Amino acid sequence: MKALISWIDDRIPMTKTWEKHISKYPAPKNFNFWYFFGSLAMLVLVNQLLTGIWLTMHYNPTAEGAFASVEYIMRDVPWGWLLRYMHSTGASAFFVVVYLHMYRGLIYGSYQKPRELLWLFGMLIFLVLMAEAFMGYILPWGQMSYWGAQVIISLFGAIPVIGDDLTLWIRGDYVVSGATLNRFFALHVVALPLVLVMLVFLHIIALHEVGSNNPDGIEIKKNKDANGWPKDGIPFHPYYSVKDIVGVVGFLFFFCFVIFFMPDGGGYFLEKPNFEIANPLKTPEHIAPVWYFTPFYAILRAIPDKLGGVIMMGLSILVLFILPWLDRCKVKSWRYRSMLHRLNIAQFIVCFIILGVLGVLPPTEGRTLLAQITTFGYFAFFVLLWFYSKNEATKPLPERLTK
Amino acid sequence: MSNAPVDAGRRRFLTWTTSVVGGVGAAFAAVPFISSWTPSAKARAAGAPVEVDISKVEPGQLIRVEWRGKPVWVVNRPQAVLDNLEQIGDKLADPDSSEPQQPPYTVNTHRSIKPQLFVGVGLCTHLGCSPTYLPGSFAEQVQGVEYGFFCPCHGSKFDMAGRVFSGVPAQLNLAVPPHQYLDDSTILVGVDQEA
Repeated sequence: MKALISWIDDRIPMTKTWEKHISKYPAPKNFNFWYFFGSLAMLVLVNQLLTGIWLTMHYNPTAEGAFASVEYIMRDVPWGWLLRYMHSTGASAFFVVVYLHMYRGLIYGSYQKPRELLWLFGMLIFLVLMAEAFMGYILPWGQMSYWGAQVIISLFGAIPVIGDDLTLWIRGDYVVSGATLNRFFALHVVALPLVLVMLVFLHIIALHEVGSNNPDGIEIKKNKDANGWPKDGIPFHPYYSVKDIVGVVGFLFFFCFVIFFMPDGGGYFLEKPNFEIANPLKTPEHIAPVWYFTPFYAILRAIPDKLGGVIMMGLSILVLFILPWLDRCKVKSWRYRSMLHRLNIAQFIVCFIILGVLGVLPPTEGRTLLAQITTFGYFAFFVLLWFYSKNEATKPLPERLTK
Repeated sequence: MSNAPVDAGRRRFLTWTTSVVGGVGAAFAAVPFISSWTPSAKARAAGAPVEVDISKVEPGQLIRVEWRGKPVWVVNRPQAVLDNLEQIGDKLADPDSSEPQQPPYTVNTHRSIKPQLFVGVGLCTHLGCSPTYLPGSFAEQVQGVEYGFFCPCHGSKFDMAGRVFSGVPAQLNLAVPPHQYLDDSTILVGVDQEA
């Protein structure tokens, strides 16, 4: 065995890689609950890849056959229902863990120097994930697949001059049709997963280069013992590999509950109109995107002008990319930052959740007003942050990690 | 290998020219990939503009043609109907066609190029059912208006210019497709009139 390992190590840095990234990767010793969601996102990614590959074995990517083949998977393919529900629930679970993962980065300042690139890779993952989820939702070719695609693609039509040609190019037809379905299938199962896996790889490489942040937001690398090992660091394996397994068990408890007892997620993970085949001549009563898009959709609807709405929706995502440069404070974690910063984060989260709720509801005058107020709050977070973070009254940082 | 000193300028020139030539090649190679996303010949044929012979459409008559899978109505409106369009503005949700439901050359009271002939997509703007044409019997729906369209699905009502009455589920006027007159008796649906 030893000989085999050393034979391999002479040819590829296997042991070296294992040590660098797993067994001798120094992780801060004070990771808390919020640090589960990175590894859980990896778990869900594996779940999506695995169940996705198996679903393509039975799925028929044509306008004529897609809906029937999904029914076939649900009824006739042995265990097909489980594979599909694992995949559809996995999509929502992906966004649950990614949103919580991003929240963690937000409160502990994990996007700040030197982790800007790490944050950018993460944001790109989020962007690709949204495209992946959108295109995946088209594939069952139900009513919501069809009309959701119609609405989202028509957003590109708001772009001046090139808008109409661009939508035509995306659809490949004058209406959303089989041509659209086929190209979205190709992107959903081949192109975007490749990009996603590559970005996840870069995200982890970038993380391990600069080292993990922690709830105190101080660098453990600044305090090393005689061997060069950070005094507040513990090896990722076995300490955090074991901890993450606890997280996995907790996560699977919720995940399996949804799969087995409410696979449509109460109409939020799989919307009810999607159990009816796509009909280009009949629009559903109320078109709402799946829950993970609704905060951004609510921002779109809050702006009375179509192009303005599209721009604001785009900005609401783009502004997250430049977060590392908007926050000019040197202190990372909200534990040691001003009350103003904590309140700002709190109002941002409240606005985001309210927007998310508004996005699934049909618009009324009062709701539109509320959406406008919360859209304002969403953007105000970034503007305020830029202003107060320059000269923020922060608390003194500890030398070593606290609990 | 010669031991001649490196000519940095020459090397830079070669690097740049190679990059530019390679870049141009890559740009050309991208053409088929990007173009393959445009509508195929099959999709273009199915979505091609449709010629309609209007010489035999009697006053009051409605004919249907299919364009891109949608029913397109061509209606020859009698003069009395046209006169009526001018008087009912207060009953309509969008009498002046301010919503972008028609090409700019049909933004007028009768929402058409020639006053008599209305060309519109016969799909209710509420949920896409096809409304029923009620020539002479529309007064049951709206008092004092003899001609109109009534959607059997959810009761939306439109006047003879496809303008929606207020207080019905539909909010938008019927869409007017791009169209043009090839000559006095033929229209082409699907291509905008030249300015």
